[in-house]
Amino acid sequence: MEARTRSGSLSIRNVGKVYNPGGAKVVALEDISVEIRAGSFCVFVGPSGCGKTTLLNTVAGFDTVTAGEIYLDNVLLSAPEHAPQPGSDRIVVFQNGSLFPWKTVLWNAVCGPVQQGRMKYAEAAAHARELLARVGLKGIEAQYPGELSGGMKRRVEIVRALINEPKILLLDEPFRALDALTKSVVQEYLLELYDLVPRTVFFITHDVEEAVFLADTVIVMTTRPGRILKILNVDMERPRTHRILTSERFLAIENEIRAAIHDEARKAFEAGERELAA
Amino acid sequence: MLRSPRPYLGFLGIGTFFLAWYVLVDATHFWRFRELPGFVSSVREWVNPNPVYGISLFTSDYYLHIWSSLYRVFGAFAVATLLGTTIGILMGWSRIFCGLTFPILELLRPIPILAWIPLAIILLPGRELPIIGLTFLAAFFVTILNTLLGVRSIDPVYFRAARSLGFSELGILAHVIVPGALPYIFVGLQIAMGACWFSLVAAEIASGQAGLGYEVWQAYYYVQFETMVIIMATLGFLGYVSSALVRLVARRLMRWRTRALAGV
Repeated sequence: MEARTRSGSLSIRNVGKVYNPGGAKVVALEDISVEIRAGSFCVFVGPSGCGKTTLLNTVAGFDTVTAGEIYLDNVLLSAPEHAPQPGSDRIVVFQNGSLFPWKTVLWNAVCGPVQQGRMKYAEAAAHARELLARVGLKGIEAQYPGELSGGMKRRVEIVRALINEPKILLLDEPFRALDALTKSVVQEYLLELYDLVPRTVFFITHDVEEAVFLADTVIVMTTRPGRILKILNVDMERPRTHRILTSERFLAIENEIRAAIHDEARKAFEAGERELAA
Repeated sequence: MLRSPRPYLGFLGIGTFFLAWYVLVDATHFWRFRELPGFVSSVREWVNPNPVYGISLFTSDYYLHIWSSLYRVFGAFAVATLLGTTIGILMGWSRIFCGLTFPILELLRPIPILAWIPLAIILLPGRELPIIGLTFLAAFFVTILNTLLGVRSIDPVYFRAARSLGFSELGILAHVIVPGALPYIFVGLQIAMGACWFSLVAAEIASGQAGLGYEVWQAYYYVQFETMVIIMATLGFLGYVSSALVRLVARRLMRWRTRALAGV
């Protein structure tokens, strides 16, 4: 728990993203600057369509920026003339899940290091079994993802990401489709894994409570064009359990974010109404 | 998988069919049904050790025809599967290859298999190769198209995940594209198997010296209607069994799907 990782610092500097620069411009991101410490848990909150996923995609290497630079451990990752490639140092856990349904749980869990040629299957399998057991998933290795519940799938997917020992873990609203009870369980498992090996986490959600519960730093974004509205530090002790949800400190931070985000949510809603009316 | 919810209903249906045959042909000689071979005489011919027209369960000729047709169908089907899935996957994988080949495919595919018969006879030597060639062709196009659709049907998120996890292009091919396209490929293979039997019979009628399609036409020509019906029933049975075989292989290769569909 003491061994804070030193690699995995992410520096996002004046990043902008404009879609369709020729025709009707859509500004998805505007002048985003944020420094993410190595090993810190960062949660981006904002209304739908605020460009959170776009920002994540530029870090993951699925999308390019049209202004600014992104550095990972002081190495240029992305710039307008420097298109990034996806890589196993920045693993993504997707919104709707991306476990390969035609492969067993174990195959899914080990496929990163095995496909990269870094580990033999047996070696990776032993490691994966250990991680799976740690998130309460013992004895499901031979099953297929289609046989698992939503919460189990998300945990397998997080294990699949972590086994690569990425510098940064990118989670794009991973718990969105889960019911409230399952969600709280999976959140605690995620924190347990995080406390075990703290590595940089870039987490997207529009659930404020989830943001505060998980984060070291919460970054509140505005609606289109996506800008940073507020950066808050959640100075609450780890390990955390759901008992802190009712603590005064927790509620104070949560309310501060809610107040900031409420206006943005209204703007996003009204913009949506205008688009529908037009 | 398509399965009758209650098997006995299936037997009841088949029984009703045979009963209707018996009533219309054997018992009442109703309308033009009186021209057809009777149910009783057909069955009797089929199980007769000394059949009137030379074809029954006890004659080697019967099995010769079955064997001729079977090896043509399975030979053509195997080659079509191998080539068709390979080309389909290449088309799904490479935009350039797809751009080159897709228009040709769309021009050739609608040509009815019967229209290919003269060309196949001119092009391919002997009597055997034109038949196999035509049988192959029918399955080939269906397999390509369904394989291509299968590759296209794969959710892009799996490609992103694979890239993010550091898969090589070959790894993506082996572990994302091929298994991801498999459900559509097998739909294609099912249709291809049907198309194989269809064009086999057409080709055998046109150019065969043996085989079930050849024999059904011979029986008609020599007014051996019982034999004709026996061969038709045999074609039905073999077609059913070969489709079932494709389904069996599909279930084997896509256990993940059958298990997930079974519901947990």
